Amino acid sequence: MPAKNTAGRYGWLSMTLHWSMALAVIGMFALGLWMRSLSYYDPWYKDGPAIHKSIGILLFLLLIIRVVWRNLNIRPDDDPALKVWERITAHLTHIALYGLMFALMIAGYFISTADGRAIEVFNWFSVPATIYDLPEQEDIAGEIHEILAWILIVLASVHALAAVKHHFINRDTTLLKMLGRDAISASNHIINKKEAKQ
Amino acid sequence: MKRLLAIGFTALLSFSGALHATEYKIDTAGAHAFINFKIKHLGYSWLYGRFNEFEGSFNYDPAKPEASSVNVTIKTASVDSNHAERDKHLRGKDFLAVDKFPTATFKSTSFKALGDGKAELKGTLTLHGVSKPVTIAVSEIGGGKDPWGGYRQGFHGTTEIALKDFGIDFDLGPASQIVELTLDVEGIAQSMM
Repeated sequence: MPAKNTAGRYGWLSMTLHWSMALAVIGMFALGLWMRSLSYYDPWYKDGPAIHKSIGILLFLLLIIRVVWRNLNIRPDDDPALKVWERITAHLTHIALYGLMFALMIAGYFISTADGRAIEVFNWFSVPATIYDLPEQEDIAGEIHEILAWILIVLASVHALAAVKHHFINRDTTLLKMLGRDAISASNHIINKKEAKQ
Repeated sequence: MKRLLAIGFTALLSFSGALHATEYKIDTAGAHAFINFKIKHLGYSWLYGRFNEFEGSFNYDPAKPEASSVNVTIKTASVDSNHAERDKHLRGKDFLAVDKFPTATFKSTSFKALGDGKAELKGTLTLHGVSKPVTIAVSEIGGGKDPWGGYRQGFHGTTEIALKDFGIDFDLGPASQIVELTLDVEGIAQSMM
């Protein structure tokens, strides 16, 4: 499979970025909720937030790579069966998901660096604070981080449900393109199957 | 007329009393007052923090110390332990719940001079929405004219509170149940005019 996208499907790089970030976003949401419920003597009390911050920074780097790669590439064609409003809302959702992820991660960064401390990423490297000591910085950034996390997880669920709906109900190629199947041959296959039934 | 009489009466009182039987405003503007706390971390070391924003006043007359009184209001969100993530946690629902309880107050109920510049100050501390009596061990540090035409008087006080007495029950471990408060105040005498 080529790294680059084609008219019929996403390449392996786009797919890897998409699915690893999907997993990370869900995992980070769960980790974020869970780590805040831990008692002080819980073995994860220190490591939970440390892992959350480390993955967050790595996710930010992946997001930059992803947006750059998206702009260097063609986008696979939408399934021809999609209505105009479906295409528009799908694309607006994608843009919103990117924007939300950026804002969410920046807000998280502003919590942990609010007093000028750096963020340690798995003891590999650290990201220094840039803007800090603003009034109530950690509290305001914290509220924004939490609100955006909920919006992101809801919108990502809508995005995922739409993909599942197109796959199982509309039986089109929307999801297949992100699963490595070439939509052009896949749609021929779907047409062939439909014809075979008739 | 009533007002004039009142002013005259107050003036008379202030002149007939001891020279500095007067109200002092705690010098938070010049940051010559500190509300510091310390609590043990795991039982292995002391963690220090402070409240940066508060205001208050006290009355003090060396001739009649038992008439002394203190009032302090603390902005709980100003908690500062030199670590933003910890301060965020301290302001949250596990500890100070500053959205619900934006201020803590101390109002004195009695002041007993013990001699040698020491005193016992009793009062009500309202923290986290809970009001409890506390006793503060006070020592007078000093008082007198300042170089800029004012008159100042300073005290040092210490007390201990148990977090769970004030409804703060996040478990920090058996060695971290008690918070020691260290209070240092310098008051500037308020002129009667």
